[in-house]
Amino acid sequence: MKRTIDRGVVALCLFSTVLIVAMLAIILGDIAIKGWGRLSWEFLTAASSNGMTEGGIFPAIYGTVVLVLLMSVAAVPFGVLVAIYLSEYALKDSYLYRATRIAVSNLAGVPSIVFGLFGLGFFIQTVGGAMDRALYGGNTVFGQPSILWASMTMAVLTLPVVIVTVEETLRSVPQDYRAASFALGGTRLQTIFRVVLPQSWSGVMTGTILAVSRGAGEVAPILFTGVAYFLPFRGALPPPSAPNEQFMQLGYHVYVLATQSPDVEATMPLLYSTVFVLLALTFLLNISAILIRKRMRAWATT
Amino acid sequence: MGDNLKIDVRNVNFFYGAVQALYDVSLRVPQRQVTALIGPSGCGKSTFLRLLNRMNELIPGIRLEGRVEIDGKDIYSDQTDVIELRRRVGMIFQKSNPFPMSIYDNVAYGVRVNGLSGNRHEIDRIVEATLRSAALWDEVKDRVNRPALSLSGGQQQRLCIARALAVEPDVLLMDEPASALDPISTAKIEELIYQLKNRYTIVIVTHNMQQAARVSDETAFFLSGRLVECSKTKQLFTKPDQRETEDYITGRFG
Repeated sequence: MKRTIDRGVVALCLFSTVLIVAMLAIILGDIAIKGWGRLSWEFLTAASSNGMTEGGIFPAIYGTVVLVLLMSVAAVPFGVLVAIYLSEYALKDSYLYRATRIAVSNLAGVPSIVFGLFGLGFFIQTVGGAMDRALYGGNTVFGQPSILWASMTMAVLTLPVVIVTVEETLRSVPQDYRAASFALGGTRLQTIFRVVLPQSWSGVMTGTILAVSRGAGEVAPILFTGVAYFLPFRGALPPPSAPNEQFMQLGYHVYVLATQSPDVEATMPLLYSTVFVLLALTFLLNISAILIRKRMRAWATT
Repeated sequence: MGDNLKIDVRNVNFFYGAVQALYDVSLRVPQRQVTALIGPSGCGKSTFLRLLNRMNELIPGIRLEGRVEIDGKDIYSDQTDVIELRRRVGMIFQKSNPFPMSIYDNVAYGVRVNGLSGNRHEIDRIVEATLRSAALWDEVKDRVNRPALSLSGGQQQRLCIARALAVEPDVLLMDEPASALDPISTAKIEELIYQLKNRYTIVIVTHNMQQAARVSDETAFFLSGRLVECSKTKQLFTKPDQRETEDYITGRFG
């Protein structure tokens, strides 16, 4: 009897494990098989046409890239500064340190749609509205959904990832190095910028790429803050060409293709290929994060 | 001691939070000699050493009573520039801790952060001169751009000494500098200490009593946060004044 239970539990564990692997394999396999066929140079470089049943997804790829670039430019320096404060300056039992810690971990737990609403309320209506009143005589220039506000919203969402990753690497720099620098007459700032931070580039890179791959996949935060249903080319490139323009994005494009198409059957192959591209992009970003980290570690120790 | 006095510590009490680590310690350190601090673990000798360049201040919640003077100036007064103090009072740590940079950049680090020289040729000269002073130049002259961490443990420690010398200190504090090294590397460090005392005032913490006897001119014996005895090394090891000192150096405890 005992033996039977024993075997049963082992079998159950094994089954669950296989199931997990199988699920991933099925998802990836299905998308790869059905998505691969439609993939072509044209698909990657053209805009969609004929009611989204033909053409490509370039505007969505382009919009995604611009979005994550702007997001990184905002999130990484800001996140690194917060991480430096937490790791190098804050007293661990101070009120501000604990408040920041709680803020960072709770920020990471907020549902992404809430960030979208926050972006709409704070960036577009409050900040953008104020800019319009102050600079443009009340005309709507920045007080509307745009790539700028979508990127800022996404930056707020990915900030905890950057902060936590960078802070961890800063902390992993041995205390001995700081002591050596202080003992040589280095100031705290010199110690951080000449000794601690150069030891932490791999962490900064990892944090950036983790943030980018998260930002590339999220849709909810940009729903109200700047993503567009469909935007054609304008000249050589699709929008956005100015910070206050809207943009297309891969994740949202998947949603549009899946639910808003007039001819679902005709859109299906495009949908598969779009998902494939989105997955490939995210996968590529994660792989490069791992490779860069490995390289930097190897470089630092030889 | 007269003109020969370099460091004058008077009636120092030192606290980590509520814990008192030093009790009414007074010690006079002569110039250009080696003073060894000995005593069992936790006796306060490392704490005492770190008072002298204010490294203790990196720990929150510390408190000092009493007076610490170097060259007749109170190093804990508001007028003291702690950065300048640490440049003048160099420190060698128990575990060698070269930065993960090249050998060259390690030595040049202090010169650069203190703005002593921005001139490449001048830094080249300082790097070579200090590596020579630390008896390391001949071993590394062909590979100063290699990572410092590629050196052996003993070489790394001598590099740390060179790095400390590069900012032109006049006092060197050494916190068990050879405790993690093999006997040959230890001998090299001791030989180096012997040479350096012509130019620097050296205070060395050591667990190794033979080492204290070999390298130092004066020896101070600490026990439970108190300075029990300080005298000429030869005298302390042959005819100590205090019973506790005798017990310790003859190995009856500690």
